[in-house]
This record gives sequence, C-alpha cells and structure tokens, in this order.
Amino acid sequence: MELYELTLRELQQVLHKGEASATDITKSVLGRIHEVEEKIKAFITLDEEGAINQAQQCDARGAYSGLDGIPYGLKDLICSQGMKTTCASRMLENFVPFYDATVAARLKAAGGILLGKLNLDEFAMGSSTEQSAFFPTRNPWDLTRVPGGSSGGSAAAVAARELPFALGTDTGGSTRQPASYCGVIGFKPTYGRVSRYGVVAYASSLDQVGVFSREVGDCAQVLNIIAGKDPLDSTCVELEKPDFTSFLKDDVKDLKIAYPREYFQKGIDSGVKDTVKQALLKYEELGAIVEEVSLPHSEYALPTYYLVAPAEASANLARFDGVRYGFRDFQAENVVGMFSSTRAEGFGDEVKMRIMLGTYALSSGYYDAYYLKALKVRRLIKEDFDNVFAKFDLIVAPTTPTTAFKLGEQVGDPLTLYMNDILTVPVNMAGLPGMSIPCGFLEGMPVGLQLIGRAFDEGTLLRAAYAFEQHSDYHQAKPDLGGELI
Amino acid sequence: MNFETVIGLEIHVELKTRSKIFCSCSNEFGAEPNTNVCPICSGFPGMLPVLNQQVVEYAIKAGLALNCEIADYCKFDRKNYFYPDLPKAYQISQFDLPICKKGYLDIEVDGVKKRIGITRAHLEEDAGKLVHQGTISSTPFSLVDLNRSGVPLLEIVSEPDLRSSKEARAYMEKLRSLLLFAGVSDCKMEEGSLRCDANVSVRPYGQKTLGTRTEIKNLNSFRAVEKAIDFEVQRHIEAIEDGEELIQETRTWEEDQQITRSMRSKEEAHDYRYFPDPDLPPLRISREWVNDLRLSMPEMPEQARERIMDQFGLSAYDAGLLTLSPDLLAFFDECTHYYHDGKIIANWMMGEMSKLLNQKNLDIGQCRIRPAHMAEMLNLIDQGRISGKMAKEVFQVMFDTGSSPEAIIKERGMEQISDEATLEKIILEVIANNPGAVEDYRNGKKKATGFLVGQVMQATRGQANPALVNQILARKLNS
Repeated sequence: MELYELTLRELQQVLHKGEASATDITKSVLGRIHEVEEKIKAFITLDEEGAINQAQQCDARGAYSGLDGIPYGLKDLICSQGMKTTCASRMLENFVPFYDATVAARLKAAGGILLGKLNLDEFAMGSSTEQSAFFPTRNPWDLTRVPGGSSGGSAAAVAARELPFALGTDTGGSTRQPASYCGVIGFKPTYGRVSRYGVVAYASSLDQVGVFSREVGDCAQVLNIIAGKDPLDSTCVELEKPDFTSFLKDDVKDLKIAYPREYFQKGIDSGVKDTVKQALLKYEELGAIVEEVSLPHSEYALPTYYLVAPAEASANLARFDGVRYGFRDFQAENVVGMFSSTRAEGFGDEVKMRIMLGTYALSSGYYDAYYLKALKVRRLIKEDFDNVFAKFDLIVAPTTPTTAFKLGEQVGDPLTLYMNDILTVPVNMAGLPGMSIPCGFLEGMPVGLQLIGRAFDEGTLLRAAYAFEQHSDYHQAKPDLGGELI
Repeated sequence: MNFETVIGLEIHVELKTRSKIFCSCSNEFGAEPNTNVCPICSGFPGMLPVLNQQVVEYAIKAGLALNCEIADYCKFDRKNYFYPDLPKAYQISQFDLPICKKGYLDIEVDGVKKRIGITRAHLEEDAGKLVHQGTISSTPFSLVDLNRSGVPLLEIVSEPDLRSSKEARAYMEKLRSLLLFAGVSDCKMEEGSLRCDANVSVRPYGQKTLGTRTEIKNLNSFRAVEKAIDFEVQRHIEAIEDGEELIQETRTWEEDQQITRSMRSKEEAHDYRYFPDPDLPPLRISREWVNDLRLSMPEMPEQARERIMDQFGLSAYDAGLLTLSPDLLAFFDECTHYYHDGKIIANWMMGEMSKLLNQKNLDIGQCRIRPAHMAEMLNLIDQGRISGKMAKEVFQVMFDTGSSPEAIIKERGMEQISDEATLEKIILEVIANNPGAVEDYRNGKKKATGFLVGQVMQATRGQANPALVNQILARKLNS
C-alpha cells in the first residue's frame, strides 16, 4: 500500500508510529498527482515547493498531532493567503488574496499541508465542473464522465487518491452531488456551523463549506477543526461545538429513519432507487426503524433555489467591476464602459446567465412575484422538514437522480443540468446538515446515499454514516485509472 | 396666485464611533488616502460585514434625542448600484425596517413654535470618494479613496412639514444641536459629517395634493440649504405661472453660480433592487438596552435652556444661542462655577467671543480662551483692576495666546491704577498744566472735566480707574 492511498486516520497512525514522515507523505501524494493529474485535472494551482517546505517544517517540529503532516486541498474559491484564488474565473485568474479564509487558517493552524487549489464550476455555478473557465475535471471512475460539481475538483482529487481530504462548498448540492458521482464522503454541515469568512460568496444564505474524505471518521476530524463560531462571520452561530468524532458509533438501533416518497418518484433512475432501497434495508437489518414520509413541497425547491441563489449572486458578484482587483478591460473609454466590458469578458456564460436571472428577480415590479414568493416557499420547504423531524431522527434518500453523466452531455441544456440538484437543493433551502456516502455501483459508477439531519445535529448523520460504513465496503473501492484519455 | 412651499429634508450624519460600521478600521476623519482601509471595507472577495455595536448604540441615542420609536426588530438590506467608489457595488442600508421612526423635533422661527415630524432614521454605510484632476468630465483619470467607505451614517428623513427655507434652516440647526448634545456626531457640514438633501415642491394655497417635487443635492452649508431652497421655490413658481410643466427630478446646487441644475429625471432613476442582506442576521434591540440608554442620555438642549433661564435669568433668545451646541453650554456652565453673573458671561460669549471666533472662522471647540480665565477676567473688572475697555484688549490677548488675564495684565503692565495717592499726584499735575481748562470749569463749563479726564488717561496710558479719576478730579476742582 502506498502512502497516498491511506486515509487521514491511517496517515495519522503511520506518523505516530514513525513509519513515515510528513515529507514522505507529501512526496508520495505529489508523486500520485504527477501520475494521474493529467487525466483527472483536479488542480488549478499546485504548490509543490510550498508543500514540501511545510512538510519539512512539520517534521522539524517533531511530535505529530491534529492534522500535522496531512496533505489537503481547497476548492479554489476558498481564499488562501499568498496563493492564487481564481474561482475558476478569468475575472480572478491572477488574484492572490493577502488573507486566509477562516477555514484555511484553521486547517493551517492544525498543521495540515496545503497542496493546492481545486477546480470548480466558475464561482460555484454548475453541477459538472465543466463551467470552469480553465478546463473540465474528469471523473476518476470513468474519464469520459463528469465528476459532478461545483466542487468537482475536490471530489475527484479525493477519489483519485490525489489527496486524503479536501474542502469544497455546498450551495445547492455542490459537495454532496460530486461526492456521490465520485464515490467519496461529502459532508455539508448545518448553515451557520462553519464560518464563511474568506469563502467567495455565491449565494450567502445557502453557502456552506463542505468536507470530502474517504472515511466518515476523517470527515468528523476535519469538522472538529473547521467548525465553530467566528467573530468575522455574523451568520456563524455561537453554539457549543461537540467533538464530532464522539458520534462514530456502530449503533443505529431504534434510530428513526424516514425516506421521503418524493425523492423516489419519476425522474429518479430506477437503478439508483434500487441501490438506495438496499441501503435502507441494511439500516433495518441493523435495527433502525425505517418509514416512508412525505415532503410535499419538494418539487418547488429547485425553482425556488433558482430565484434565491441568483438573486443573492447578482449582488455578491457585483464587486467584480475591475476597479480594485482582478480582471479589468483597459480599452474601455469611460467608467460605465469599463464596468460592462470587464464583466462581459471576465465572466463565463453560466455566471452571466445567473446574474441576469437574479437581477431580474430583484427588479422593481418583479420582486414580490419572484424573490418574495421564493422566500415564502422556502419557509414551506423548511416546515416540511420540521414536520418530519418531529417524529424522525434522520432522512435518507438518493443524493442524485442518476450516476455521473458524460462530459459535454448536458452542456447547453441548463434545465436538464439543474435537475441534478433536485434532491440536494431542499437541504440548503432549509439550512440543514446533509451528507453523501457511497452505497453501491451502477455499471461501474458510484451511487451516493444522502443523509439529512436536524439543524445542528451533525452527530446523528455521522453515527448513521459510520454504522453503514462498518457494514459495507463501497468506500474502499478504488477507481482504476489505467485507461487512456478519450 | 399665492403659493405654499412644502419642504422635506433628508439628512445624513456620520456617527462618531471609534471604528467603521462593519469592520474594525478607524473612523477618523482626515487620514491619508486609503490608510483607514481593510479587505472588508474595500469589498474584497469572501469578506463579510460584522455590525459594530457602538453604531447601534449611537443610532438609538440619536433616535431618543429625536423622540423616535426605537425598533425592537430591524434588518439590513443591500442597495445595488455600480459606482467606482462603492467597493461591493451595493451599499448596506435599511430599506423597509429602519432602526428609528416616528419622531419629531420642535423649531421656532420668528417667535412661532412648530413641531416637525421625523418619518424615519436608518443606518447605512458610507461609500468612498473619487478624486479627480480638475472636473469629473475633463480629468484624464480618477483615483478612489476608500477611507470613508464603511463610515457609519444615520439618514434622518423629515416629514414634508417645513414651509420655508428659514424653517428648513431652523430644523437643521435644531437637529444638529440635538445630535451634538446626544454625543453621537460631530455634525460638521464642512467635513461632510452632516449632509443635507432637500425635497421641494410648491402648490397653490389651499390645495391638498402636493406639487411636483424636486430633490436638491450638494448642499454643503446651512446657507446653501437656504439659498438653494429659495432658488428652487422661485423656479417652481415661475414655471407654474408660465404654464410650464415641472418634472420630478434630482438637481444639484451650483454654489458658484447660485443656481440648481438638473442631474437626472425620475425615468433615469436607479432601480436599486433592495433585498435583505443575507450576511447580517436581523437586529433585535431589547427594551432593557433602550431604557438603559434613555437613562444615560445627557441633558438635551431644551432642558438646558430652561435650566439656564431659571438659574441665571437669561432671556429665551440668549439661552437659545447658548444651547446651540454642547461646547457652548459647557463653556458657559464652567464659567458660572467661577463667576456669579450668568447674564454678563452670556454677553461676553455672544458679543466679544463670538465676534473673534467668527473673524477667525473657528468654533468654540477651537477657542484658546479657558472658561476659568474668562471668569477671572470678569472678576478683575468687578475688582476694578481693569476697566471694561481694557478688558477687551486683555480678551483679545487671551484669545490669541490662551494666557490667563492675570498673567497678561502683569506681563504687559495693563493693570488699572486704583491707588488714590498715585492718581492724586497725576491729577494735580494735570490741573497745574492745564490752567485754561480749569478756568473754564470754574466758569461753569462743566464739559471741561471731560478734557481733563482725557489728559489723566493719556498720562496713565488708559490705565487709570476712570471712576476714581472722576471722583478725585471733582474733589480737587471744587476745593
């Protein structure tokens, strides 16, 4: 077994036993990246020299604790001091922040080794990572397929053993959906659990930092480090932070699990449904109580999302005007011309489309019919979940309607592409914690099992995921990257 | 036709908190460009606002001073527009739920008292400013200074209750004094910490509906507010009388030409696409906090005015002037600790001191005269050590140097001569040297004493105690 194949927990053991140094691990991981990155294309920025330096400093410090010596990557819209943060956009192609996002600072302080920045759909707008302004990332399980998105680079890198863990973000499924497509763990904490400071905003009321790993326990460890209140983010709540690893128990006896019938209806691939139902049977076998429920407003989640998210995005992305940083069109003759041509050239089509959608939804005369209505529907969606959680501990469903689709297959067909998020978006609308874990394969492609919990009850998700992991081996399956690029 | 003028004012005041509204940058005025800035107030990617609690406290205090209802629940909204001095391309403001509403203040114009309604007062962040070479239209490039970006502003909107430019000015002066007393703003129009936009319309007397309204911007002094309103009212009336149609628009006051000029019409107005800022949770203000602040409010100008009228027998007019700013009142109050007669203090403050300050274009806060020194000077007059006339000279030196009057008269030998023996000697010399005048006096020309007193004053370089001189001279002449 090579060092790069080990999980975070296994790497910690190796370090503690003195079987390898942080430098050994970093070199092994960098070697793996050299080997497969040409096929995967997960990294926008790879900082080999910096990584080796950090690892050597880590070794010089001696005793290993926390994330000492553990390599990781950040989705390239999480600001990293001194390292380019592009958002996969021409607009920020050369932008180097002079500050760290809170999550980046916390991982750094915990001793982790930042290898680089991972690809995404431009400004996190997309579900396939094909909307990156630079290049698409490929699914390690089938290089002709997408890794999902928008955090596709993070998911693919973890699945391809280029990194033991990575951070992404999840606004409408951007962590869970690519985790599902790439066969890894993807965790989206409750809105307000993790600071958004330094995470370039897409839709502020929905964005949350997510974690990718290959084991449930690794995810809990990373959460322990990144979660918790931050005086720099007013939406990050002051709650007692539990030790998330304390929930890793192989015990779901009498756990009340609901599966919403709306998440198994038409449009959901029958193979996916069957695979998820097998997982539900497994939970029953393990002593959980499994019942069907209804989330009646589910069908409105996606259209609601496509009003709320673009509306917020239209304001969040307005600051990219060429005045202070990033791309500027120097040919423009006056300031208004500079604004429009900078934005016309700096943003890709999907970003421009969402900005226009959002601008429209907020326009005078349309606000009540669109944005305000969307906020009301959002409340109904949240009430659906509240009703279920009054009686159940956990909701289980598929993460995505299908397995990963082919590159190029849905380009130019936004409505089909948006359907990828139909099962993940409601969780963001309600601000709940959600997770995707591998639960099987269909024609060689991973299927994800989505777990949804009460607000700030990440513990139940971790417990149920851990129990499932103890009784399955899907998470151990490795993609074969021997195939040639097509 | 007779017309009635209807005016409403929108006033922005900067709150003088230590740091900006959403970041920890200094809120100091006058720093080098782009030195009071950070990634948050310059709108860098990923940055989030965090509300400054002191800003909320100051807004509540301002609301209490303006007799407003303080909201128990309010929120912040994004006002979207592109401009190079607006780093996020949206301004965080309060749209439909302001922190303060339904207040009022009382004004008095030409002896007539009037209550002016305040519709609302809401919090927002200021934008930066652009620096041009020459004018905005001819400059080869413009520079952006973001020191002001994120400075806390309270926008106070009056009801359209004002009926003349005089009332508008009185409203502004009263508002300014209330906010100064509440201690929440410097209210300096010249530094932009108090800014005013005026909404003006006219209508025939008796008409219920309002006429077409125009908004005037770029009013940088109380005087400009008055002048611009007068100009605009005249323009409206002439247009109506000429049968021209007025359009609802925003106009700018051109100080050098003393006219208003059209900036943009209603059709060109921005659609700001307000929506709640998802980065800031709604603000809940506990009644306990409001009550604590209410109890901690300092004396307001009306109370102070009553108090000094009662205590010192000042006229309503004088007391009104002394309570225009807390600095004036504090000066007065401190003087009264060392000198008993408030009226005399008030006369000196409103007379000599105000004259000197106006000459130098200073305000009381910059005055070098200490209240204790002023009181000392008044005591010296009462003790006869200096005359009223000499006091004016001493006062000028106090104003220029900040020295105490005692030191000044010592240093300059300005002390009044009240020693009888000394004066008698001088007077006898004057009598001896001016036999003609003495002759005149004795022949009944009583006016000759004036000449003789003048001679004594000349001989003592004005330092002789005039009362004593008159007394001794009369005695000598009649003996």
